[in-house]
Amino acid sequence: MRPESEAELAALIRQAERPLSITGGATRHQPGEGQGLRLDMTGLQGVTLFEPAALTLVVRAGTSLASVEKMLADEGQMLGFEPACHPGSTIGGVFATNSSGPRRIQLGAARDALLGVRFVDGNGEIISNGGRVMKNVTGYDLVKLMAGSRGRLGALTELSLRTAPVPPASCTLTLPALDAIGAIAALTTALGSPLDVSGAGWLPGAGALLRIEGLSGSVQTRAAELTRLLSGFGEVHVLDSDPWQQLRNGPQNGEGDLWRIVCRPSEAPALLAALPAPEMMDWGGGLILLRLPAGELPELPKFWGHARRVSGAAPAVLPAPDPVTARLEAGLRQRFDPRGIFAGAE
Amino acid sequence: MPEPDTAVLANRAGIIAALRQAAPDAVIDDPAETRVYECDALSAYRCAPLAVVLPRSTEEVSVVLATCHRLGVPVVPRGAGTSLAGGSMPTADAVVIGLARMNKVLEIAPEDRLVRVQTGRTNLSVTTAVEGQGFFFAPDPSSQLACAIGGNIAMNSGGAHCLKYGVTTNNLLGVRLVLMDGTIVDLGGPSGEGPSLDLLGVVCGAEGQLGIVTEATLRILPKPAGARPVLVAFDSSETAGACVAAIIRSGVLPVAIEFMDGPCIAATEAHSGAGYPDCEALLIIEVEGSDPEIDEQLGLIRAVAQSFDPIEFRESQSEDESRRIWLGRKSAFGAMGQLGDYICLDGTIPVSSLPVVLAEIGVLSKRYGLAVANVFHAGDGNMHPLILYDANTPGELDKAEALGADILRLCVRAGGCLTGEHGVGIEKRDLMREQYSSADLEAQMRVKDVFDPGWLLNAAKVFPLDLSAERKRVARLGVHHAS
Ligand SMILES: Cc1cc2nc3c(=O)[nH]c(=O)nc-3n(C[C@H](O)[C@H](O)[C@H](O)COP(=O)(O)OP(=O)(O)OC[C@H]3O[C@@H](n4cnc5c(N)ncnc54)[C@H](O)[C@@H]3O)c2cc1C
Ligand SMILES: Cc1cc2nc3c(=O)[nH]c(=O)nc-3n(C[C@H](O)[C@H](O)[C@H](O)COP(=O)(O)OP(=O)(O)OC[C@H]3O[C@@H](n4cnc5c(N)ncnc54)[C@H](O)[C@@H]3O)c2cc1C
Repeated sequence: MRPESEAELAALIRQAERPLSITGGATRHQPGEGQGLRLDMTGLQGVTLFEPAALTLVVRAGTSLASVEKMLADEGQMLGFEPACHPGSTIGGVFATNSSGPRRIQLGAARDALLGVRFVDGNGEIISNGGRVMKNVTGYDLVKLMAGSRGRLGALTELSLRTAPVPPASCTLTLPALDAIGAIAALTTALGSPLDVSGAGWLPGAGALLRIEGLSGSVQTRAAELTRLLSGFGEVHVLDSDPWQQLRNGPQNGEGDLWRIVCRPSEAPALLAALPAPEMMDWGGGLILLRLPAGELPELPKFWGHARRVSGAAPAVLPAPDPVTARLEAGLRQRFDPRGIFAGAE
Repeated sequence: MPEPDTAVLANRAGIIAALRQAAPDAVIDDPAETRVYECDALSAYRCAPLAVVLPRSTEEVSVVLATCHRLGVPVVPRGAGTSLAGGSMPTADAVVIGLARMNKVLEIAPEDRLVRVQTGRTNLSVTTAVEGQGFFFAPDPSSQLACAIGGNIAMNSGGAHCLKYGVTTNNLLGVRLVLMDGTIVDLGGPSGEGPSLDLLGVVCGAEGQLGIVTEATLRILPKPAGARPVLVAFDSSETAGACVAAIIRSGVLPVAIEFMDGPCIAATEAHSGAGYPDCEALLIIEVEGSDPEIDEQLGLIRAVAQSFDPIEFRESQSEDESRRIWLGRKSAFGAMGQLGDYICLDGTIPVSSLPVVLAEIGVLSKRYGLAVANVFHAGDGNMHPLILYDANTPGELDKAEALGADILRLCVRAGGCLTGEHGVGIEKRDLMREQYSSADLEAQMRVKDVFDPGWLLNAAKVFPLDLSAERKRVARLGVHHAS
């Protein structure tokens, strides 16, 4: 099914008799997802409003991420966060997965850039929340609740978001000698400085990676200061290539299951010590992506955060969600989708 | 306000005895002392609560809430009581749970760029606790000396610097929350991201209706090397508004863009003598960084501003000059208070609509015959029109309120919203339909149904009373039957 309007979508959902799988570009279904009847959102396309002078964009959910990014770039703007971009990804899928990328440590996650949503709930009711202004405390913030909800509460139809100016200059420094555990102290030191680091990751081979962006004079002075600050951690080089696209999109497909671990950077060394070498690390050590043999569960030390299997056969989250959170989530899903129409999302 | 629950009032002695058992030396029931809690900073509305409890720990909050839940007693959470929307104002049948005693710093982790505090702690003292390590907590409501982190989370408070750093929700990583039935739950994660639905996101800004937040994990940021403001004066509000949009469009991101119009400038000059130029509108724009970075940003801002023919472009050359540039802005509300009574509105509009909205406010002001002064966070479109009136003239307050409602409607029509930072509380409860349809409000109330099925927690706020009346009645029946 491929509705072309919000009203048509609402009617389809009202009439639905079995679970639907809300699908944007189908570039990111997690283990277990996509079992229902396919509800293709790409018919809901196009820009409703773009006001560069207010840093505001309102766009329909099925619009491709690539076309949104192109339109913004033409005006010298960008999304403040850095979603994974695969051919076909839609902006609705980006927000439904809260895909956020390296710049999250500086400008926040996708959810932080989302100002308003329109969606259709499991009753086929059209609901709007938030708006198009940065500051809005009128009623509950369902915008945040919908971001990252992976279609469990409703199908997003329109999103209003805050854009950001493209920084005129950018510089990436690397400390190639550092392994993942060794990189954490360097990344933490950089992020604790007032140098306004906008990317702090690690890739095998490339080592620790740090990005500084802004006006060109400022980028030069800050890069020099950062080099000095990190000299005790090993040799610091300026990198010619751009590793951030790779950090943003995640590892290539490969053998085994991909795991995504969110943790405190200070707990990352203990986690890394208990696991095979990661495929990448971001957010100063707060995000670790690694591969385990298919079906295997890692043995993790106690930490604040969670680990999720993002590719493979069966869904898995560690530690298991606590029962109170699970009860609240079940309650919300029951009220937004009493017939379980969006259960096809898993 | 809704009528107090007579069953609860009749059981006052029993309720107080049960509370004393739950939290032995934390209960206040002497009417002379509970009066202190009869209102918040929206002091036009007052009502003393049935009792006040000042717990010392999450566990104590939990036992007290479980007790109230069992007895079907409404509860109103309270931080410092600085809400401007009546958010922490009680009803006669309610128990106020004040977090003032819970003000400890639990953990400072510079390597993770976070701090964990009890939520009775004041906003400013969070920064005081971490600045020795070179960090600060970004959200900076003007009330930051007094207001508590719990209130900030409930109201999703913002401040002058949120153009760059966002509001509370963007700087909140996790909370410990006690639900109305006493259940304790942790939400969020080290990057703010929990494993599934973003429950933290909806708790922030829910005006204390989903649970009592006892602990918060807050994102802290490294303090920038320095900051410098400029003052730009214009001969019309419209030009100043257009200049704001052009600066944002140009790609520099100042940390703050504040706006003051003629009436406001005149009042603050008379009050604090900051030495502002004689003009119709002015902007205070602040940028941050090291000295060369500041120079680079201000160069760009100067170029944009020059194209609007400003009367003056005053770049601070010293600490003292910076202080004086901010002096008038910081004393604006006090200065306006000396002119007479005023209502302070809190609508938000898209920045691009500033010129039109300012012009329309002028027209409305003439039509009602009441002066309106404007001082606000222009960078993010959060306006605080101040409506001047004389409380001693019969009928003037009503007229001022009617004008206020018209201005807020104007904000919504322009694509903005009813409240940008103060919250809905009881103040704007009945205007909610201006911005949201019944289905939209119904969706929000479903969240309340899940977290607080008995509708006992701060339930007289946020939603138009007639909309929530029926579900409250049904819910309360359930609670009374269960007890
Ligand atoms: C190899 C690989 C690695 C990746 N790594 C990461 C990563 O580490 N972190 C990350 O955040 N992202 C990651 N992605 C992300 C993914 O590319 C983006 O999230 C993408 O933009 C999803 O868009 P889509 O339109 O393809 O969504 P889909 O794949 O079609 O859908 C993704 C989810 O969103 C829901 N959904 C889609 N559209 C809507 C809508 N309109 N309303 C409600 N729900 C909707 C779906 O039901 C589903 O649950 C990765 C992708 C790949 C292929
Ligand atoms: C002079 C002045 C200037 C102001 N400037 C600003 C400004 O610039 N920006 C801004 O955003 N606001 C501003 N405010 C409004 C007010 O300070 C904020 O809303 C503040 O966050 C309220 O905090 P509080 O601790 O005083 O909360 P209270 O007034 O005690 O409570 C506010 C709301 O939060 C709930 N609540 C309190 N604590 C908790 C808790 N622990 N758990 C759950 N719910 C809780 C209450 O029930 C109530 O609904 C200003 C107020 C004044 C008086």
